[in-house]
Amino acid sequence: MYATSYHRASSVEDAVKTKATHDEGKYLSGGMTLIATMKQRLAAPSDLIDLRHIPALRGIKVEGRKVTIGAATPHADVAASRELKAVCPALCQLAGHIGDPHVRHMGTIGGSIANNDPAADYPAGLLGLGATIVTDRRSLVADEFFIGLFETALEEGEMVTAVTFDAPEKAGYAKFNNPASRFAMTGVFVAKTAGGVRVAVTGAGSDGVFRQAGMEQALAGNWSADAIANVAVDASKLMSDLHANAEYRANLVKVMAKRAVVSAC
Amino acid sequence: MGVEGIGARVTRKEDKRFLTGKGRYTDDMTAPGMRYAYFVRSPHAHAKIRSIDVSAAKAMSGVIDVLDGRQLLADGIGNLICGWMIHSKDGSPMKMGAWRPLAADTVRYVGDAIAIVVADTLGEARDAAEAVVIDYDVLPAVTEAVDALKAGAPQIHPESSDNLIFDWQIGEPDATDQAIAAAAHVTEIEIHNNRLSPNPMEPRATLGIYDGAEDHYTCYTTSQNPHVARLVMSAFYNVAPENKLRVIAPDVGGGFGSKIYIYPEEIVCLWASKKTGVPVKWTSDRTEAFLTDAHGRDHVSKVKMAFDADHRITALKVDTIANLGAYMSLFSSAVPTYLYATLLSGQYAIPAIHANVRTVYTNTVPVDAYRGAGRPEATYLLERTMETAARELGISPAELRRKNFIRTFPYQTPVIMNYDAGDYEASLNAAMQAADWAGFEARKATSEANGKKRGIGMSCYIEACGIAPSAAVGSLGAGVGLWESAEVRVNAVGTIEVLTGSHSHGQGHETTFAQLVAGRLGVPIDSINIVHGDTDKVQMGMGTYGSRSGAVGMSAVVKALDKVEAKAKKIAAHLMEADEQDIVIENGELKVAGTDKALPWFQVALASYTAHNLPAGMEPGLKETAFYDPANFTFPAGCYIAEVEIDPDTGETDIIQFVAADDFGNIINPMIVEGQVHGGIAQGIGQALLESVHYDANGQLLTASFMDYAMPRADDLPSFNLSHQNTPCPSNPLGIKGCGEAGAIGSPPALMNAITDAIGNNGLTMPATPMKVWQALHAAH
Ligand SMILES: Cc1cc2nc3c(=O)[nH]c(=O)nc-3n(C[C@H](O)[C@H](O)[C@H](O)COP(=O)(O)OP(=O)(O)OC[C@H]3O[C@@H](n4cnc5c(N)ncnc54)[C@H](O)[C@@H]3O)c2cc1C
Repeated sequence: MYATSYHRASSVEDAVKTKATHDEGKYLSGGMTLIATMKQRLAAPSDLIDLRHIPALRGIKVEGRKVTIGAATPHADVAASRELKAVCPALCQLAGHIGDPHVRHMGTIGGSIANNDPAADYPAGLLGLGATIVTDRRSLVADEFFIGLFETALEEGEMVTAVTFDAPEKAGYAKFNNPASRFAMTGVFVAKTAGGVRVAVTGAGSDGVFRQAGMEQALAGNWSADAIANVAVDASKLMSDLHANAEYRANLVKVMAKRAVVSAC
Repeated sequence: MGVEGIGARVTRKEDKRFLTGKGRYTDDMTAPGMRYAYFVRSPHAHAKIRSIDVSAAKAMSGVIDVLDGRQLLADGIGNLICGWMIHSKDGSPMKMGAWRPLAADTVRYVGDAIAIVVADTLGEARDAAEAVVIDYDVLPAVTEAVDALKAGAPQIHPESSDNLIFDWQIGEPDATDQAIAAAAHVTEIEIHNNRLSPNPMEPRATLGIYDGAEDHYTCYTTSQNPHVARLVMSAFYNVAPENKLRVIAPDVGGGFGSKIYIYPEEIVCLWASKKTGVPVKWTSDRTEAFLTDAHGRDHVSKVKMAFDADHRITALKVDTIANLGAYMSLFSSAVPTYLYATLLSGQYAIPAIHANVRTVYTNTVPVDAYRGAGRPEATYLLERTMETAARELGISPAELRRKNFIRTFPYQTPVIMNYDAGDYEASLNAAMQAADWAGFEARKATSEANGKKRGIGMSCYIEACGIAPSAAVGSLGAGVGLWESAEVRVNAVGTIEVLTGSHSHGQGHETTFAQLVAGRLGVPIDSINIVHGDTDKVQMGMGTYGSRSGAVGMSAVVKALDKVEAKAKKIAAHLMEADEQDIVIENGELKVAGTDKALPWFQVALASYTAHNLPAGMEPGLKETAFYDPANFTFPAGCYIAEVEIDPDTGETDIIQFVAADDFGNIINPMIVEGQVHGGIAQGIGQALLESVHYDANGQLLTASFMDYAMPRADDLPSFNLSHQNTPCPSNPLGIKGCGEAGAIGSPPALMNAITDAIGNNGLTMPATPMKVWQALHAAH
């Protein structure tokens, strides 16, 4: 790791101001990605602005069917939240299968979506739920927020403060683990929302998380695993790597989508 | 015997310190003035070094010095060597390419060490390493052994024009070919044994300390055999004469073979300590471990197995290409030859065997022994072939094996080994019963009804442990003898230290060796300490690998104990005015048999040291040394059965049950044996389902972290169903065979046989990842 300076932000304003005065600085949330990258010397921020001690960034609020999750809320809190489980158990289940217990107690939802790893779970969850990402300066719908591999709509210095969504009528998530990293080799989140059926796929797309329009249409007419059996999955837009080629991933997209539908509640 | 003697489930004495974080590993060691090393390594798989410029790095903050291969060469530090000479079938010696501890003109794999930076902190050393400027002339690289043999492949060493290291054979080529020509059936198969990264929990580390006043070196290192390290470093690398070099391997967190060898870092840190005048410590990070720890396996073989009309094997012909990587590591030549081809008879009476082995240089990490070393390759090849043959012949895999088992001992195979004892059918029967083999078809039907594919597979392995009779291995090319030493040192108050040349890095010697002594003398196990891993404390020894510590190391302790007991009996007889022949040692006392006369053990010990009243002419003291040279290899064997269920939608394999029925000879501590088997099977399942080293076409390591190299985790593994059918080993005093590698040897073919049974496609290579199984399923339909 290269030398860096640490700042503990006391409020969102404090953090954004500190960031503004340090061009080469970075927000630090759970550090599960950032610290590891720094240790490998692949990132060299001059300053780290720690968000984990800002009370406003942490916690889960459920008001009726409106859910708000603070950006610095660790995965373990999301997995264990009774209030959230009552309205959207699929997201609890998703969070409960991220990494291992250490990672779940450190890693945060804000860090995960700001990082937008193409194999991360939350991007599928939030895109599938049609969530809104709230930042220090604006609100963005998930469809606009997730742009590509490790790429989001966040501007320089912009901070995610929360995510919000209306609890869906039904939702399910099925993940096929990469055998080595246990990130999603393919993960599919399906949701029946007020705005319609949404199907979001992570771990598979060569441009990161994406919506599967064919499956959305099929499920809108007939919410069942059978409905998607004949939907074509285009392998040409999927990733190929050591662990899975595009053809196999195309198969997984379909199998995981079916399982997500079957498990949806 | 007794509650702490041989056969007892004594909890491990060493676990308190390990489980409470009080282990003392090399990286825990410090020395006054110690500084940190970082190695500059090649980012290219194959390149000429045009120039190395360290001037900017040397000027950086905290840097003590930056040293490279030119200075090392000038100081006369020798090349790394392979210690086992193999001759090609044309009589020519193996072609050993020069392996400089720091490459000066050519780099041959990504990770090849080029320079060492010594600085006040690790961070500063690493910063400076990035400032070392090296101008490379990048050359084409080759990573697959089969490709390296092709005409026009990049030439890796000047010593070998075609990358061939040796072309060796064993057995009878003519008799084998004739039997194949005359066979009723010949099974042909190509076998791939995947390349593995050892990944011990503790990465390699070393601390080199040069003491200018004494002109003396101390080397702390993560070694499985510190005396061998000292011998090699002084005899071949000219670091220092043995009496000026102390090697200490303190607590070592796993080795699996990868810590047998001498690597560049130990030598370079010792040398750098003298050059810089400060103690120099290097600790590998995990990526460096993937890049530089010797890998295991990596064979491609063509196999022909011939049968007569009665399904008896008449011949086996094997043609193997083994990838040895960029340089010949310490024992690399022995692994695909004498540790592999000599086991190709397996548990079967095969009248004619011929194996040809070509070893090859590639631009990859050196390949050497990894848990099982050669024997997993032989077992995988044979047991996949047997399974394939059974399917082709339309008979049950168990029947085919039964028909061909060796049943009388000793049995001389056509490939050197002389099996001394075994009962292969006993393990086969026990395993089939434990697995409820007979009920499989019904379970398969249930799986089918649930849309799953169920398969069952077995593997009957044999291996050779307790390496090895020194004269025998010497005649086969080994540069060392493979005996073991022990000293039993009884203190004046009767407590005991056992100094052993074996080295424990997870095996639990501090418990099992103490059990042997506690059982023999009837003294409490807590009064016995096992001392190992320090060349200043312990007499010359050969270290731990190849499941040899029980069979060879403990046999040396037995010999030393025999001498100690004989002397103690003489003293006791003298003190009690009895006949020496009548003295027995029991429950911590020396008794005159048939009387109530007895002396406690500590009194005899004390008498030996006060020396006030010893038999005439007897030397004071109670301390004996013994060297034990084994009479033969030992031959653990067994039968493993795996039952799997495969999800045809995803290709995922679920291991429903795993049965291991082993013959390890006599068992010292069943709990430790079970632990060894569990760990071995976990590694075998890792090889079969998960693990594989991958390089890209340019020789870049793709699996350089746990993000891409899939290690087995607890939830990848089933509960193991273990049993033992032990036939005592007649070749050593304790009847021990060894259990450290069996799990890793026997399990991969059992799993692959089960998976190929389930999917009905035999053309599957390890690791059987979900994608590969899914593809094979679709190819089969
Ligand atoms: C062993 C391991 C296994 C894992 N397995 C999985 C898995 O299975 N599935 C999965 O989805 N993830 C997995 N992860 C990733 C983990 O879940 C974290 O979510 C992820 O590492 C990022 O979250 P973090 O809070 O640690 O962010 P950090 O590492 O602190 O930050 C990541 C990036 O986001 C930026 N950032 C952080 N917070 C904000 C914010 N509020 N606003 C703007 N930018 C911000 C940082 O500057 C940095 O660039 C795993 C990680 C590890 C180490």
